[in-house]
Parts: sequence; structure tokens; C-alpha cells
Amino acid sequence: MFNLFLLQALNGVQFGILLFLVAAGLTLIFGIMDMINLAHGVLYMVGAYFAATFTALTGDFLFGLAIALPAALLFGLVLEFLIFRHLYERDHLDQVLATFGLILILNEGVKIVWGAAPMSVPIPEILSGAIPLIGPLQYPFYRIAIIAAGLLTAVGLWLLVNHTRIGMLLRAGAVNAPMVSALGVDIRRLFMLVFGFGAMLAGFAGAMVAPILSVEPGMGDGVLILTFVVIVIGGVGSVRGAFVAAILVGLVDTLGRTFGPIVLRAVMDPSAASQTGRTLAPMLIYILMAAVLFFRPSGLFPAKGAAA
Amino acid sequence: MSAGSDVAVSGAVPDVAPRRGGMLAGRGSALAAALIFSALAVLPPIALAIGDPFLVVMATRIVVFAIAALSLDLVLGYGAMVSFGHAAFVGLGAYAVAILASHGIDDVLVQALAAILLCSLFALVTGAISLRTKGVYFIMITLAFGQMAYFFMVSLSAYGGDDGLTLSARSTLFGLPVLAGDISLFYASLAVLVLAFLGLRALTLSRFGRVLRGTRENPIRMQAIGFQPFAFQLTAYVIAGALAGLAGVLLANQAEFVSPAYMSWQRSGELIVMVVLGGMGTLVGPIGGAIAFLLLEDWLAHFSEHWKLGLGVLLVLLVLFTRGGIAGGVERLFGRARP
Repeated sequence: MFNLFLLQALNGVQFGILLFLVAAGLTLIFGIMDMINLAHGVLYMVGAYFAATFTALTGDFLFGLAIALPAALLFGLVLEFLIFRHLYERDHLDQVLATFGLILILNEGVKIVWGAAPMSVPIPEILSGAIPLIGPLQYPFYRIAIIAAGLLTAVGLWLLVNHTRIGMLLRAGAVNAPMVSALGVDIRRLFMLVFGFGAMLAGFAGAMVAPILSVEPGMGDGVLILTFVVIVIGGVGSVRGAFVAAILVGLVDTLGRTFGPIVLRAVMDPSAASQTGRTLAPMLIYILMAAVLFFRPSGLFPAKGAAA
Repeated sequence: MSAGSDVAVSGAVPDVAPRRGGMLAGRGSALAAALIFSALAVLPPIALAIGDPFLVVMATRIVVFAIAALSLDLVLGYGAMVSFGHAAFVGLGAYAVAILASHGIDDVLVQALAAILLCSLFALVTGAISLRTKGVYFIMITLAFGQMAYFFMVSLSAYGGDDGLTLSARSTLFGLPVLAGDISLFYASLAVLVLAFLGLRALTLSRFGRVLRGTRENPIRMQAIGFQPFAFQLTAYVIAGALAGLAGVLLANQAEFVSPAYMSWQRSGELIVMVVLGGMGTLVGPIGGAIAFLLLEDWLAHFSEHWKLGLGVLLVLLVLFTRGGIAGGVERLFGRARP
């Protein structure tokens, strides 16, 4: 039982790390630009497709990843230039509609370019295999690599946000963007930077999961919704909140699916327990979100002060 | 924030700048609605005359989605709450029919009552939590609750799970199969649409509606003069949820099939598109928007399997280059005619 718990906990952390990579960029876009972006999930999908394509072209996943990242950044910047910069001043409803339209465009566009069939990416040679945990227990090395890469990114982001001039502007922007602009900072350029960087992080997450999930149209949609849950729990605009909430959501979701039925078996008969468990487990994170909101309507680590 | 908004509000700007179709408001609105309803009413005989019974099926879908869009407009247009989980109510209503029918209860009145109760309860609980927040939070939370309902139905394997549930027959009324024919189902749906339109018209013109619109324009000022916006917004959210559930009852009967796909977030997005396309904050707008959207969908699907691409491009262009949907376009074309 403990072994199962350890394995599922690691899976939960790995899932949480991926959610964090997507959520980190999105929470800054929400927080700093006060803009709702539904199309962030498709950026994750595009990142996965870039990784798959460039891996097939170069024959090596790490090379593919090295090209996919700047490609995702460029893709984000192009979208920002064509569409998003015209939406910053609009109300939320316009942003919802335009980014919803963008999801339709990109999901279909991906189907046209790469076909509707799922693509698979082989796990790179040097990251394959498993590492021993305790006793006979093993864990895939590639998933450990995802966790490590995510943690490194988290540390890098923490340094960037808390110890650089850009980070200072980001934090100031999340609290009061008009004031930052009034102090002579080119807020448009800051927005563009945040957007491109967020697109690259989402693309990075998509590229990292490409070898362990199938790359297919619409793969970003589910992730987008979970990312929203993460951002709502963590507090809009807070990278630290996104990290804590992402790990929390990853753990609750993964452990809930495995242990929900097991725990319920203690209070009801086995078949009813597994049925109820399977039905309730996908709802757990939403219940968690509702509970957090009930006690803290602006999330665990709200970026904005009492004024907002 | 709402730099290009055509409504100047001093003080606190609401998160969603309200838009009103000037041309389509007031008496013009009632006239336009009467025209649409009469056109729909004479459609079945015409369809029979030209030998195209599929028109009636299509028109029933349009009417059902018009009811759903109408209910969303109460929340979105009159309440300025951008709810992104509205399809969940439609789906819950549809499942109320399918689940009761699978237990042998197929009276439409019982099913509709169950759908209304279920959706009201779901709206009351999720609305009470969602309304504690505003802005982007509200959008994301309603979306998440919609997904919660979706995943609940996906994992409810006793009632079909992901595959959905086929109805063995349409609902009955006091044991009589009155909805069995496509034409009678169409007229029943149309009757619900007309009643919903008249009911919402009375509601939005009442004191309740005026408070709701006041809250939309400036919640802080409404609070200052002694109203509790929360109670009014929650009531509107519950009414809209119940009406969407009723649309779900009709949808289940129309398709004779229910599946979690009815409640997917793309469906919620499409409902928003219908409302905005037609012009929100007008009751005739969402009806026109539903007609336009479903016809457009049907038309684009004829060209290519990638019709969603065209829809997406259209949406992005619509937002970037126009404001306020069809009603907004009409308003700009013919100048301002504010009631």
C-alpha cells in the first residue's frame, strides 16, 4: 500500500509540475494584463506538436526540444502581435470570444497540418529506463526528468520574479499596471515579453509530455481547465501560488483517483465503493477549488492587495 | 479598461461593459420577436409543402438553442456575469429526461419539474460560490463547475458514461405520446420559447430587472442606495439555470439521445457566441443569434469538415473589427436610436 502511495504521489507531483509550467505563464497574463486567455491550452498543444515534428526531423528529442522552445516563443509573439495586443483594452467578454475563436482555429489548424491521428514521440535514449526507489520499486527515469526540469524552471522563475529588474516590474504590474505605466515603463513591451515567455513555458510543458502522452488535436483543452483551477486556487498573478496550487491539484487528482475507491471501501460495500469512487474522484479538485474559494475568494496567495 | 466602450460610466467601471442594441430594444424588440415567432410558426407547413421534413428537425434544434441562449442572456446581458458553464444546465436537463425515462418515468411534466429542480439546485450552490468572486475569477470558476458536471456524467457509467444514453421513446404527456411527431415537438418547443420570451420580458421590465441592470451598470452605486447585488444576481443565475434545464429537456427529446458532450465547455462557448452574436442585453438578440449560429454552422459544415476553422476566424474578426454583435452592427449602420 505504501509503495502504491509513493508511486502515485510521484505521479501526482509530476502532473502538478506540468500544470505549473502551463499555469505560470497564464497567471502572469491574467494578473498583469487583467486579460482572460482561453487559448493558452492550445499553446501547450502547439508545443507538443513542435517537439514531435522537430524530433522527427532531427532524430533526437533533445535537439527537437531545443528547436521547439524558440519556435513556441516565436509562435506566441506572432499571436501577440496579430491578435492579443488588440484585446488588452477590451472587456473580458471580447477576450473570451476572440480566444475561444483562436482555440477553434488552432485545433482545426493542427488537424489540417498534422492530421487528426495522434502522433507519438519516442522517449530519448539517455532518459529512458527506470530508477530504483525502495526495494523492488522502480520509477521511470523520464518522469523524474520532467519533475527535475519543472523544479529547475520553478527556481529560475523565482529568481527572475524576485531578484531581477524585470521581475520587479512584473510584480509591480500584477499589483497596479496603470501605475507602472505612468512611471515610464513601456508596459506594452512588458506585456509582449510576458506573453511570449508564457507561450514558451506552455510549449515547454507540451514538449515534455509529448513522449509520455499521445500528441493529438484538442489535447490542450483539458489542461486549460485544470490550469484555471490551479490559478483560481493559487491566486491570479502569483507564480508562487500557481506552484503550490499546481502541486496540490496534481496530488489531489492523482491520489483521489487511486485511493478514493479504497477509502470508500471502509464505509460501503466494494462494488458501490468503486463505482462511487470513480464518479467522485474527477470532481475532487473542483470541490477543493470551491472550498478554497469559500474561505479565500481571491485564492491562497493573491497578488493584488486589499484594493483589488 | 473599457476604452472603446460606448457606455460612459463614471466611477467604478463594471467588469463587463454593458452593450445594448439600441435598434432592437423596447418596442422594436417585441416587433422583431413577433416576426421571428410567426416565421417559425408557419415553417412546418412550408417544409411539408416543399417536401423537406429535415427543415422541421433543424428548426427544432434552433428553437431549443434559442431558449438556452435566451436564458444565458439573463445572466450575461442583464446581469453582466460572464458565465462559461451554461451548457452544464442544458446537459443536466437532458439527463433528467434520460435518467427518469430509464426508470420508466416518461411523463414530460415530471421530467421537466425534475430538470428545473435539479438545475435550480445546481445553480444555487455553484452560483453562491462563484458570485463571491468577479472578473476573470468568475469566468474561470463557472467554467470549472461546468467541467465538474461534465466529468461527473462522463464517469457515471450506470447511465452510459462517456457513450451517452439513447432514449427508447420521446416523453409522454399523461401517458399520451404527444411529442412523438417531429412537428408536434417543434410546436411544443416553440411554445416554450414564446413563453420564456414573454416571461423574461416581464421579468426584465420589472423592479427585479431594473435592479439587475443597475447592478450591471454600477454595482457599487447600487450597494450605496441599499440593494444587495448578490441576492439579485444569484436569483437571476438560478432562473437562467432552470430555463436552460428546460431547454435540455427539449433537446433530449429532439435528439432522443443524451451524452456528456451536451455539457462540454465548447458548448458553453457556443452559447456565449450566440448571445453576443445576436446582441446581449436584448431578448430578441439571443434568439436571432441562435438562428444565425446554427444556420452558419450548418452552412459551413457543407463546405468542409474543418468548418470550425471558419467559425474561429469569423469570431476573431468579429471581435477585432466590430463591437456588440449583429445588434451593434445594426446600431452603427443606422445610427443611434436609444429608447
